[in-house]
Amino acid sequence: MAEIRNQAEISEQAEALKKAYAEWKTAADATTNKNKKYVTVSSEQVDPLYTPADTKSIDFLRDIGFPGEYPYTRGVHPSMYRGKPWTMRQFSGMGTPEQTNERYHFLLSQGQHGLSVAFDLPTLMGYDSDHERSLGEVGKCGVAVDTLLDMEKIFKGIDLGKISTSMTINAPASVLLAMYIVVAEKQGVPAEKLRGTLQNDILKEYIAQKEWIYPPEPSVKLIVDTIEFGTKKMPLWNTISISGYHIREAGATAVQELAFTLADGFTYIEKSIERGLDVDEFAPRLSFFFNAHMDFFEEIAKYRAARRIYAKRMRYKYDAKSERSWMLRFHTQTAGCSLNAQQPELNLIRTAYEAMSAVLGGTQSLHTNSMDETLALPSDKAALLALRTQQVLAEETGVINTIDPLAGSYYVEAMTNRMEAECEAYFAEIDRRGGVMRCIEEGFLQREIAKAAYTYQREIDSKERIIVGVNGYVLENEQIDIPILKIDESVAELQRQSIKKAKSIRDQDKVTRTLNDLRQACRDNKNTMPFIIDCVRQYTTMGEICDAMKDVYGEYIEPPNL
Amino acid sequence: MSVFDDFVRRDKRALARIITHIENRRENYRQLLAAVSRLPHQGYRIGITGPPGSGKSTLVDALVLRYIQQGLRVGVIAIDPSSPFTGGALLGDRIRMQHLVNRDSVFIRSMASRGESGGLAAATRDVTKVLDAFGMDLIIIETVGIGQIELDIVEACDSVVVVLVPESGDMIQTMKAGLMEIADIFCVNKIDRPGADRLLSILNSMVHERQTASSVEIRAVGTNGMNGEGVDSLAEAIEKHRGVITTGGELERRRGSQLKAEIVHAVRDRVVRQLEETIDFDGQFEHVSRQLASGELDLYSAADMIYDRYFRK
Amino acid sequence: MSDKIRILLAKAGLDGHDRGIKVIAAAFRDAGFEVIYTGLRQTPEMIVDAALQEDVDAVGVSILSGAHMTLFPAIRKLMEERNCADMILFGGGIMSEDEITELGRKGVSKLYGPGTSTIEIVEYIKGAVAKKRAGEKLV
Repeated sequence: MAEIRNQAEISEQAEALKKAYAEWKTAADATTNKNKKYVTVSSEQVDPLYTPADTKSIDFLRDIGFPGEYPYTRGVHPSMYRGKPWTMRQFSGMGTPEQTNERYHFLLSQGQHGLSVAFDLPTLMGYDSDHERSLGEVGKCGVAVDTLLDMEKIFKGIDLGKISTSMTINAPASVLLAMYIVVAEKQGVPAEKLRGTLQNDILKEYIAQKEWIYPPEPSVKLIVDTIEFGTKKMPLWNTISISGYHIREAGATAVQELAFTLADGFTYIEKSIERGLDVDEFAPRLSFFFNAHMDFFEEIAKYRAARRIYAKRMRYKYDAKSERSWMLRFHTQTAGCSLNAQQPELNLIRTAYEAMSAVLGGTQSLHTNSMDETLALPSDKAALLALRTQQVLAEETGVINTIDPLAGSYYVEAMTNRMEAECEAYFAEIDRRGGVMRCIEEGFLQREIAKAAYTYQREIDSKERIIVGVNGYVLENEQIDIPILKIDESVAELQRQSIKKAKSIRDQDKVTRTLNDLRQACRDNKNTMPFIIDCVRQYTTMGEICDAMKDVYGEYIEPPNL
Repeated sequence: MSVFDDFVRRDKRALARIITHIENRRENYRQLLAAVSRLPHQGYRIGITGPPGSGKSTLVDALVLRYIQQGLRVGVIAIDPSSPFTGGALLGDRIRMQHLVNRDSVFIRSMASRGESGGLAAATRDVTKVLDAFGMDLIIIETVGIGQIELDIVEACDSVVVVLVPESGDMIQTMKAGLMEIADIFCVNKIDRPGADRLLSILNSMVHERQTASSVEIRAVGTNGMNGEGVDSLAEAIEKHRGVITTGGELERRRGSQLKAEIVHAVRDRVVRQLEETIDFDGQFEHVSRQLASGELDLYSAADMIYDRYFRK
Repeated sequence: MSDKIRILLAKAGLDGHDRGIKVIAAAFRDAGFEVIYTGLRQTPEMIVDAALQEDVDAVGVSILSGAHMTLFPAIRKLMEERNCADMILFGGGIMSEDEITELGRKGVSKLYGPGTSTIEIVEYIKGAVAKKRAGEKLV
């Protein structure tokens, strides 16, 4: 491979390249449309042509290497999709627990590999369905869970020992994990056999998605509680999925998504090490969750850079010894923010390109959005088409035949390097400002994202950036004839009845006692997981549990960030 | 004058509309202001200023919550800068005042600086008077930054709190004189951060030096607006300052000189406006400008010529 | 003199998707408006209370949680009760044509779906405020 050449020969070649490049540039400039800006989705300039000059700093073994080997630029498994295809995991959940259970049985029968639960907003925020703040929200963006009774219904007839379940829940994540454990226990499946992922990433809530309950310090403490509990009791469970998805959806650029997500991850790692956990004990169970946006090459470069940056830091900064601690494994979801209400069928096409970038970037699992998501919750038909998009990708396009096929591309490698450098620059800035938590408090990360979102929108408003169907190729008098799934208001009533039922069958003294024990555990700074499990077992409601913790931890108010 | 009648009956909607009218200097605003000024008023004015990000709004939230729990009625004016390029403004102080939402005894008004230094100070003073006449026991004026405009604004307050954060250490060294001139109370917010103790001790020694020169004691307190730590001490410091200046006659002296300053400001504003509008009354302004441009005249001689013509007209 | 346009922007409902409302806040600012932003999770009570005190020309509410059919009418009703019916109520969210029509009947002046240009929204507000002010008199 590496030929030994003398210095003169090398500089001669470089000169030849420079000369050839200049000649080409003159020819190309003559016919280039100079009125158009050539930028990525993240508004980054792109050169018209990439050559070996853009990749000359790369040392193949050091920077790219082999799949399954440090620094994992090409993927975390030696055989990648030849060994095991990515997990097709469609996120769903709506209305009542019974409706959600029905959708799960359907999706599993259609070849989906794992379940992914979407909860409604009151559940995500720790409010019961009968709370005044839940008015109009129950069952709207996902399934409502108030007590263990609801979780029992959601997983009725599904063997929790056989499937893996991902739960998109953050502020009250430990409560839902506790409920899942108790449902499994009632099925006779012990916690150590449970497989799945808890999103459980509160930092990105403060940064982007804004579904928080407590202030950052106690919230991160609760997460470390679950990491500690999982490490000891649930060896197959991923206790956290450190998420850039929502950061991107809030308007971040690809580099911001990458940098802020990794910085969040390193914060959890540092806090867990402070708790006294051995990095090699918990790091192999950490996973990440990224967005797949429309700029095909930029996205692929992002995933490749993510693996390389993470491996380097885990190995050299956090001193992890186990190779499994160095590997960044991730789930991907196609970009909801790239979808549009106008000509919604186009969303199928967008999602397909995005899905392909995720697969070429080496994702471990994938959710493809439904075309009707900017209009409502997915209908059955749209949900099935979204799953089929992945099946076509896996079975018909040939992308799985060879591993990391874009490695060595001058453009993709140069972009991967650029991503890494820009990401490191953000890390330095975050450090200078006192770390992620301080940056959140000061609104720095939020402002960076808001600025990027505004830049993007102005490009669209000025038509520098064309979005098909929105500011170009518009259909006049467009009639949308996609069937729209509506959740009616009766769900709230059914949930209220379900709470009533739970309250009628439970032992109130035990509820009071377990809640008091939980409060005390919070005050004593103990690991809260066992106490929360005791609470849910008594059919204590989500709201009661979160309120008890609020009594000790208080509530968070956002900084203005304007 | 039905809106005015509603105002007298303490209707908040009427208060809000009158403020808009006066802030925008709409037709008849002076008669309106005069009518408002004739109503009984005895509010006490507290100015809160400090650099961006020092947590002023959170402190105001905590302070005002305390005051209304004591049965007091409180008006808040929250001032943020306008964009010098577009004239627009994003006013976000309310986000941090969530404990004051839906309270009968609180009225919060956000104001943009609108880029006119003299004008903002005057408008703020007028709005303060309106809130006072509405029957507010306390009027709190929150403004960002410690520049000349902010000085003009807080000058019109009875007690002035300067909020700093532990990171402000370097800044206060360079601004020492200006800060000492306006602050009645220093508040080091975000006291949980490193450097807080150091800043407090610097402030305390600064305050100590000045004590000999003035009869009124300045204090420095530490707070954490997020969890309410130290807010009691801040309220106490304000109360103490109020007590001292009220009984010692300082409050009357201050208000007397404030009123004089107001008259001077108002006259100056009128003179400046009139000067700008009519400076070329006899066509000489253009002529003198050309002479300046060609080098026949220097700036100060040009100014002398215009001044003499204008004021002897 | 032409007064500044004052706008109150709020997120109602429990969802935290504030990308859109922050973009439109920046666009209004750049158009020379004074924008009062009250933040997330605002109840109808909180929104109308703030709008009343700030005496704004228009109230813009973003709801992406699916609770729009409950919250918009509740806000409008409170505006009427509190003598703020002259203020323009507009909003953004994911809703069907039928829902937009129904909310229009209930006093919501204008609703925008995803993908609306900020220029269009700014122009609409400028026009609507000019019309509203033409008929205004205080004393």
